[in-house]
Amino acid sequence: MAITFQQAFAGHDETLKFRSARASVLANNIANADTPHYKARDITFDSMLQSEVKCLDLAGNDDQHIDGSSTFGSDDALLYRNPSQPSLDGNTVDMQREQAEFAQNTLQFDTSFLFLDRKVSGMRKALTGGQ
Amino acid sequence: MSLNNIFAISGSAMSAQTIRLNTVASNIANVDSVASSVDETYRARKPVFAEMMEESMRERGWRDVSDDDLQSGVGVQVAGIVESDAPLQPRYEPDHPMSNEEGYVFYPNVNPVEEMADMMSASRSFQTNVEVMNSAKSMMQKMLSLGQS
Repeated sequence: MAITFQQAFAGHDETLKFRSARASVLANNIANADTPHYKARDITFDSMLQSEVKCLDLAGNDDQHIDGSSTFGSDDALLYRNPSQPSLDGNTVDMQREQAEFAQNTLQFDTSFLFLDRKVSGMRKALTGGQ
Repeated sequence: MSLNNIFAISGSAMSAQTIRLNTVASNIANVDSVASSVDETYRARKPVFAEMMEESMRERGWRDVSDDDLQSGVGVQVAGIVESDAPLQPRYEPDHPMSNEEGYVFYPNVNPVEEMADMMSASRSFQTNVEVMNSAKSMMQKMLSLGQS
């Protein structure tokens, strides 16, 4: 049985990428907490999946074939938050919410990291015979 | 790696909040800076924050700030510092050395209560961004230790 890194990591490496991308989006929200008219943004796993799906282009050999990826925009992955209460300057950053999301995202990052770390040490154990 | 962005994002926010604290300090320091004419009187200064997009980041000499095409903002910038248009406070003080012919001196339009609130908001935002930076730092340190246990 061939073991590949892709299979062994079970997508946790991709999750880490998503978590760090989300951390920077949330950090940007927190940084712009005092910016007038700034709209808070977020990415969800679903929206990331959507942008991955759009990469699966349909094969076309005729000019009249419709491009399968044309219905998705380039920044589908980045969504806007629904504000919980209006503010005078049009800013939709809810500081408490953003901080909570950031903390949760950090914990989820740590979880995926732990899985990845255990996978690596498991592979090492398999290679060295537990010595 | 997007985690590198966080340092630039939080750093830009910290520098913007520092500018805000500086203007607050300047306003409070000049709260009693009187002048004998409207034009010479100190006016309260406020920074205007604007979201920093990737293009503006590149214009300022940053390169490849993000390798994902999320079109996300990359921090905050101070677009400019504006002077308040609120009316000045003329006071009748004929004995004041700065008084004009009619005996009036002009006090700045600085509202100390507003400035104190602004100061607290700025220092809290600064702290939050420091914490965000700390979290990003520990996340990166974790990544470096992958496979060592």
